[in-house]
Formats: sequence, C-alpha cells, structure tokens
Amino acid sequence: MSVLHIVNKSPFERNSLDACLRLAQADSAILLIEDGIYAAQQGTAVSDRVAAAMAKYQIYALSPDLQARGISEDRLIDGIKTVDYDGFVQLACDFDKSQSWL
Amino acid sequence: MALEHGGKTYETDEEGYLVNLSDWSEDLANEMAKADGAALGENHWEVINFLRDYYEEYQIAPAVRVLTKAVGKKLGKDKGTSKYLYELFPYGPAKQACKYAGLPKPTGCV
Amino acid sequence: MASKRFLYMNRKAPHGSVYALESLEVVLIGAAFEQDVSLAFVDDGVYQLLLNQDTAALGSKNFSPTFKALGDYDISKIYVEAESLEARGLTRDDLMPLTWEDEDDDWAEKDSIHIVSSEALAEIIEQQDVLLNF
Repeated sequence: MSVLHIVNKSPFERNSLDACLRLAQADSAILLIEDGIYAAQQGTAVSDRVAAAMAKYQIYALSPDLQARGISEDRLIDGIKTVDYDGFVQLACDFDKSQSWL
Repeated sequence: MALEHGGKTYETDEEGYLVNLSDWSEDLANEMAKADGAALGENHWEVINFLRDYYEEYQIAPAVRVLTKAVGKKLGKDKGTSKYLYELFPYGPAKQACKYAGLPKPTGCV
Repeated sequence: MASKRFLYMNRKAPHGSVYALESLEVVLIGAAFEQDVSLAFVDDGVYQLLLNQDTAALGSKNFSPTFKALGDYDISKIYVEAESLEARGLTRDDLMPLTWEDEDDDWAEKDSIHIVSSEALAEIIEQQDVLLNF
C-alpha cells in the first residue's frame, strides 16, 4: 500500500481525474472528495472509465461530500466504498503518502 | 521608505531595497553603501555586476550557496568562498550585495 | 539528516494563475535544504517550459528564464510527461533547453529534461517520500 490519490475536482470541469487514472499505479487507492465525488455516480459520461479503473484501484468517496451534494449512495458505481472523515484519516495513515490532484 | 539622492527620491522597501529595478545607478549603489558605513571597491563591484548579470539572465537573485559557486566559476576559485564574500559584504553576501545591485532580496532569504 | 525524495508536481499553465510561479519559488527556497528534488510537468504544466515566453505586455513578471537557473540549484531531474506534450502538439524542441553541470564528471553539461511516459512517471511518483502539488 503506497500512494493514496485524492481527487477533489469535478471530472466534467477539470482533468484531475484523467491525470490521476493515467499516473496512479495499480494497487493504489483513489479517494474522491469535494467536487471529485461526481465521478462516483452511475450513468455519467465518465462512469464507464471509473468502473473500468476499479479493476486496478480501490475507489472511495467521502460521504459528507456526497450528502452535501445530494448524491445518495445507491447512485454510486458498484464497488465504490464510502468513508466518513474518520475513514479519510484512517486511509491517510494506511498509505505511505498521498497525492492530491489539484 | 525612500532614499534621497541628487535631489531625487527613490522608493525602497522597509529594508532599503529599491522597489523599481530601473531606478538603479552606480551612484545610487555607492550612496546605499555609504549609508551602511561601507565603501565599494573593485572587488565589491565585481560581485555586484555579477549579480546584475545573473538577474538579467535568470530573473532571480541567487541564494548564497549558488552565488558562491557561480562566483568561483566566473571570477576565480579563490573568490568562490563564503569567507571572501562575507568579508566583502559582512551583512550577508546575497542580502547586502543584492541591495547595492538594486535587486530584490534573494528568494528564500529571510 | 538523511535526505528525502521530494517531487513537485506541476499541472497548471504558467501565466493564468499563480500556481506555476509559487511552485518555482517553493522549489528555489526548498533547494536550501539540499534534499533529493525532482520536478514533474504534466497536463497544462508542460506549457511552463515553452520557449519564447514574453510577459512584457502583460506587465507581470516573466519567470520562465528562472527555470534555467535550476541547474545552479542542483536540480537536475525535470520530468515531462510525453502524453501531455503530445496531446498539446508539442515536442522536446518546443521546450527550453535546461541543463545542469555534473561536478563528478568534470562539470560536463547535461540535460535536465527527461521526457517520460505516463507509466514511467507513475513509477517515479511511487518512489518519492514527499509529493507537492501545484
């Protein structure tokens, strides 16, 4: 377990998620926070890519950011796990370092 | 703050660095040195001119470590030592020489 | 103190926001700590290294010549992602030549810029101790 990749930008506005998916090695984890959580939904222009990436990475979404934006968990792509702030801290501890794709 | 010289006023920051690079002249450099109780000789000018050239090329004032190495390469090994540069500019070679050279304080210099 | 591996990740174009200049300043300040520093340029970050930038008409500081001083600061590992260059129709020839002098090799001048694939860059990211993003 080495790098926790964090994406906080909407995939429809910025290319942060693209950069992350291009440059994260297999066995990394990706945590979607803030506007990054929009990438976690089913049925969007990026959901196929996100679903395909799940073969390589465990993907998490931050639940307070989902709730704030009215995205309920049943609309998430299968296999995406949600974490709360404690879970965020735990992830940050579990990995050697984090990479924030601004 | 400001520096008065030859009937003109030049704007400086709170530490006496010129705000406008284009205000600089050799005369003004001598004036700033005089205010610090220093007199600029040939060896000082070598370093001051070196700094001005460096700034012109790279748009930064180099850190002391970089200045020392570069001076040694350009002006001779015996001059590329912090002892030599501190003797010329006892308030710190990068800091003091940059002031006389009309450059901003070196990046990272506190 | 053992030195750590620092990677500065640059993904923003140079003059439309303050990220590029801020990154460069942090790199220069951080160089005083003599750590093992690498720079990566990805996405619009590759535009920071383009030749012939001239901000005179903008009235803002042109910091692009400062990249050429990085060699003096012992920064010799500048990675540019090939895919980002290609997506923007750029090649190595569009970038400023950046070099450093190798003290252990009779001060031979060497290229600092390394054009690397996404895959190679992913590996470089993995090897770092500290990742700083701009």
